[in-house]
Amino acid sequence: MKEKVETILTELKKDIESVKTPQDIVDIKAKYIGKSGLITDLMKNMKYYSPEERKEIGQIVNVAKTEANEIITNKEEEINTAILNEKLNKEAIDITLPSKKIKRGSLHPMTRITEEFEDLFVSMGYTVFEGPELESDENCFQKLNLPKGHPARDAQDTFYLKDEVENYLLRSQTSTAQVRAMEANVDKGPIRIVCPGKVYRRDEDATHSHQFMQIEGLVIDKNISMADLKGTLEIMMKKVLGEKTQVRFRPSYFPFTEPSVEVDVTCFKCGGKGCALCKQTGWIEVLGAGMVHPNVLTMSGYDPKVYQGFAFGTGLDRMAMFKYNIPDIRTIYGNDIRFIEQFDRKDDE
Amino acid sequence: MLLSRKFVSDYIDLDDNLSITDIAEAMTGVGNEYDSAQPLINCTKLVTGEVLECVDHPDSDHLHCCKVNVGKEVLDIVCGAPNVRKGLKVIVALDGAKLPGGEIKKGMIRGQESNGMLCSIAELGLDNKFLKPEDKEGIHELPQDTEVGIDAIKALGYDDEVIDFELTSNRGDLLSVLGMAYELGAIYDKKVKDIDLKYSSNNDDINKQFTVDVKTDDCSLFLAKKAINVTIKESPDFIKERLIASGIRPINNVVDISNYVMLETGQPLHYYDADRLGDTLIVRNANDNETLTTLDGQERVLSTEDIVISDKDKSVGLAGVMGGLSTEVEEDTKNIIIESAIFDSIKIRKTSKKILRSEASNRFEKGLDPKRTYMAIERSCALLEKYADATIVGGMVEYNHSDVEDANIDITIDKIKSVLGIDIDKKEVISIFERLGFTVTDNKESLNVIVPSRRRDIKIQEDLIEEVGRIYGMDKIEGKSPVLDVIQGSYDKTRRAIKHKLADMGLNETMSYTLIPNSEVHKFTKDEFIDVTLNDPMSEDRNTLRYSLLYSLNEIYKYNKARNNPNISIFELAKGFFKDENGEYKEELKLAVLMSGEYALDIHREQVDFYHIKGVMEELLYFLGYDGRYSLLINDYIPSELHPGVSAAINVNGTNVGIIGKLHPNISKDNVYVMEINLTKLLAIRTGSMKYKELSKFPGIYKDVAFIVDNKVTSKEVEQVIKKAGGKLLTNIQIFDLYPNVEEGKKSMAYKLYFQDATRTLEDEEVMQVFNNIIKEVESKLSAKVRSN
Repeated sequence: MKEKVETILTELKKDIESVKTPQDIVDIKAKYIGKSGLITDLMKNMKYYSPEERKEIGQIVNVAKTEANEIITNKEEEINTAILNEKLNKEAIDITLPSKKIKRGSLHPMTRITEEFEDLFVSMGYTVFEGPELESDENCFQKLNLPKGHPARDAQDTFYLKDEVENYLLRSQTSTAQVRAMEANVDKGPIRIVCPGKVYRRDEDATHSHQFMQIEGLVIDKNISMADLKGTLEIMMKKVLGEKTQVRFRPSYFPFTEPSVEVDVTCFKCGGKGCALCKQTGWIEVLGAGMVHPNVLTMSGYDPKVYQGFAFGTGLDRMAMFKYNIPDIRTIYGNDIRFIEQFDRKDDE
Repeated sequence: MLLSRKFVSDYIDLDDNLSITDIAEAMTGVGNEYDSAQPLINCTKLVTGEVLECVDHPDSDHLHCCKVNVGKEVLDIVCGAPNVRKGLKVIVALDGAKLPGGEIKKGMIRGQESNGMLCSIAELGLDNKFLKPEDKEGIHELPQDTEVGIDAIKALGYDDEVIDFELTSNRGDLLSVLGMAYELGAIYDKKVKDIDLKYSSNNDDINKQFTVDVKTDDCSLFLAKKAINVTIKESPDFIKERLIASGIRPINNVVDISNYVMLETGQPLHYYDADRLGDTLIVRNANDNETLTTLDGQERVLSTEDIVISDKDKSVGLAGVMGGLSTEVEEDTKNIIIESAIFDSIKIRKTSKKILRSEASNRFEKGLDPKRTYMAIERSCALLEKYADATIVGGMVEYNHSDVEDANIDITIDKIKSVLGIDIDKKEVISIFERLGFTVTDNKESLNVIVPSRRRDIKIQEDLIEEVGRIYGMDKIEGKSPVLDVIQGSYDKTRRAIKHKLADMGLNETMSYTLIPNSEVHKFTKDEFIDVTLNDPMSEDRNTLRYSLLYSLNEIYKYNKARNNPNISIFELAKGFFKDENGEYKEELKLAVLMSGEYALDIHREQVDFYHIKGVMEELLYFLGYDGRYSLLINDYIPSELHPGVSAAINVNGTNVGIIGKLHPNISKDNVYVMEINLTKLLAIRTGSMKYKELSKFPGIYKDVAFIVDNKVTSKEVEQVIKKAGGKLLTNIQIFDLYPNVEEGKKSMAYKLYFQDATRTLEDEEVMQVFNNIIKEVESKLSAKVRSN
């Protein structure tokens, strides 16, 4: 019996060499391990053997069947793999052809910079508060301690509306939102807001646009100091211009804050060594700030004996110009699609 | 404000080791920024010399060959100046000298050696307004007693340094050398020296000869004195030098003294020729249309807003701004009336804005200290006596209604600490106030501070705190994190979501100007409103606040198309402005979209059509929760700027919130599609909320059907009939094929219908029943027939 089995298996190993197609597999299965295959047949005359012999033969045949099965299955897998590979080969495409894409959208750099500031301040518990762009002289100037005829009004050549001189205007500063926020707060309790938005002044050149954007910050509470202002601005400027940024205070004057400071940051281009951007000083003036003037608090219903606070304001356009290296503010409002389309990725963190 | 170092050094001792930049930086540190800090004359290697010989150049008709003694040596120098001659004391630029015009190098000039240059004043870079004709025409002739071989800039008296300050509008006190001296004194802890006000008077009393009548509230203080028998001549050198360094052109001693005193004290003065004036001065508001010829010879037309000084008959000066021509001090003036006064700063500001900004008006605008008004008139008398041989008439005409006094403020150290956020002790605070020249009394609990009236910017505690901060050093304040309650921040999420949604759909956000031409403001809308225009626009192109954003977007399209970029899909969110029927100004948030050219790109490129922009609109309205609440209507809300056959009003819950469509060929020859939604209106409308719906566990059945209908039948009409006939089981309708003109005037529309019940598996039979009913209804209601391939 052993010899028989050996012979059959040797024959199978020879046969299997010529197997090429799935049909060959079917055939070879039938020939060797099918219902009437050569190996199966070996079991047919078992009744003529003794139980011991049957057991022995059974074992031999089973081992042979397992081996035959493995040989055939291996071959079958080989053939199937070859067929699949051929199919996959045929399906290959030119992956270098252009993709199917719709236009790539983008958010305007001013939107992006505004959102960056908003997100930072919202994370610190500030509310984004927006007032109207068309404002009254009272809110934009008088309630900010800039009465009619005040010399500091000169610095902001204002777009008054027709027949509304010193009455209604396109707001010249987002500081006016301070007044709105304080008046809207009926409890006259603490305030923590930032106010981004468009502002308008009669000025136009490479660094000035008659329409631009500012962001104003205002915190009113019982124990707010210049040190809190500086700490807050340090967080803000590091976030926008990089971790190494340092903040410097210089005394200055704004009618709506007292004391007032102008705030410089270390030049992000040269790191403070001095370059053309910072005019060799190592510092760049970025914003104005100070402690809210008691007159401003009083005019909007706050008791300056109880509350004090800080306010700051900065030009968002300049921040965008710094961040994205835009040399001319007119580019920002030029709406050349080649400019706008560049703002189509996520910002660097 | 130009500050001369020499001038301020008359009143304070500044350490010689301090460079002019050191001083300017220190001033910046206390809040006084500067533009430039540099020597008055920016030249090197200039020495005095004497021309020992001067002969004509052999090869030139105008050059001279000179031998010039410069102290250490005698140099050969070729000079072309017409006035060069033997014996002249001259300014010599040595080899290597740097002048504004370039560097001087030795060399040969037409074969003759030249080892330097003899200079004119113009060549030293002095501003043109200070140059006399002779300063430009020839070399400068130094006085004969000038020592040879010394620094020529020093010999000229121009060895000064100047800081050009950009002062804040609250520090009017710094528009004076004395004010600057006090500020520097606080920085360097130095005392300010006294100003010399001594002079003698004759025995007459001006009040017996001259009266002043102030007839307006716009003048709070008016002083007049008289100086007689003045000699008009050139000013002494120190006055001329200090005026030049301060940017004022010397004229004659009398005029120069009035300017000199203004620079010193900050108080502008006016001198009248007393003999041309009469015996009375009246201060009053001008009459409407009153005319006055000012010093510059121009006739000015005035109004009641202006303040004038007049004699009995007519105005003789525009108060605070410019004197009148008729009483001007001239070469032959003998006797003068000196005016030192304070006029209303706002009135002066208005008048000067209208007529002329001058050194004087600038000072009046910022507000003046009455003590200085007195000081200035006394100082003026002292200088006129000394440098114009004047005799000062006794007495002074005095009108004083000023309420300006020294400020008296109580302040606690705790308050200073709490505002500045620094740890500072009482001793240091007191020292700072004293350095500033304030008088401090320590009342244990608090400090009482008396601030002299020259510092009119200081009125309240907070002003004093700023002074402490300035001198202590604002930058020494260390930043800390505010200790605040933990609260939730917030922002307008909807607006941000809209922007991001549109960008995600491939649109580029723009930001354009609010101001547009008035001719465009009523376009792209059928709304009736009053437009909002500017009083004084920068140009006619930007004189009106826009109502619709579409004008701007179309301008952006045209701009980019002209630059060969016709594929534009853009959006903008911005305010639209108007005045309502009650005269109230309103602003509304609007969203505008413009699409043209290719939307899908590369070899799959696809041109934008109406259905693209409609898709953008639907996606957005769906996203915002208005699914099933909006419709496109063809009504009279559609503006005439849109193609009448390719446009609609966007209507949400019965309100027209926007428009959508193709630009009318009259507006654009290109295929440009636009949409504008009034977000203020839209977002006021209630939305559906996003809630989970139970998923059906039971399978549904799809049925396809195509109808042939008249070309005029709209997709919406077909859908509505199908929906009504389909009833509850029909859960989805989708058009998947459209063939125009399958027959004459008819089109084929193929629909995929989905039937499902949430509670059970549907039988094919019952679905067929509904399906057949749908076919029947569409056929009968829309004269359609089912298409059988």
